[in-house]
Amino acid sequence: MVSLNDYLIASGLLFTIGFAGVLLRRNIIIIFMALELMLNAANLSLIGFSRYNVHDNLPDYNGQVLVFFIITVAAAEVTVGLAIIVALFRARQTTHVEDITTLKF
Amino acid sequence: MSPLLFWIIVGIMLLFGAMVVLQRNPVASALSLVVCFLALAALYVSLDAYFIGVIQILVYAGAVMVLFLFIIMLMDIKAEARRRINFPAVCGGFLVIILFIKILADVCYSFDGGNAKFPVIDQGPQGDVWHVGMVLFQQYNIALQVVGTLILVASIGVVVLSKRELK
Repeated sequence: MVSLNDYLIASGLLFTIGFAGVLLRRNIIIIFMALELMLNAANLSLIGFSRYNVHDNLPDYNGQVLVFFIITVAAAEVTVGLAIIVALFRARQTTHVEDITTLKF
Repeated sequence: MSPLLFWIIVGIMLLFGAMVVLQRNPVASALSLVVCFLALAALYVSLDAYFIGVIQILVYAGAVMVLFLFIIMLMDIKAEARRRINFPAVCGGFLVIILFIKILADVCYSFDGGNAKFPVIDQGPQGDVWHVGMVLFQQYNIALQVVGTLILVASIGVVVLSKRELK
């Protein structure tokens, strides 16, 4: 049978892939997609715990509502982030993070 | 859910998640991410979270990823040329990732409660969406309205950011 640990391991591996993308890739759009992967990994473990914590034959819906809010805020975050990336691309003609070093000390 | 089906879906999810990071072409990355999100939605459905699974497909695979593809095509980004690899940064990145996997394995294998089967649930004739809606609109009503305002603010912010000249 599939247990909660299997879902947690899947979620943790997905988070690791997203983490690796943020650390190793240098294209700002890929970094942004890897951030989305990490958010979704957290959502998967939340849904797993929600299904595991059963009261009165019902799963814990607080976890699912939290996932709903995370998805909503992530959608808002994506729109604003992509608008910033487009503004940056207009100013610098690049999406490579190593070309954007104005704030570097 | 049978373990075989579970591991097939997890394999698809992780394979296409890895493709997001490994592909050089941003369009291919975005399309891999769509497949990864579809597999994730299948996992949500396997956990009896039908509403969240549908939202995942509609909002993430539908809206967010199409926005990503739209921006990538708007900026006309070519596949990344190979650059000189920043060796210390890559080594540090892999070191952090390996340590992270080790901590993850430690936590998962020391959590005994996680090995139990999932308890049986009975959502009744109303189904999943009814229960989520009751919790959402009764316990989290204020938070729901705050999130609505957040989306309004975000859309105004996008319009301001997209103007050609900021005043």
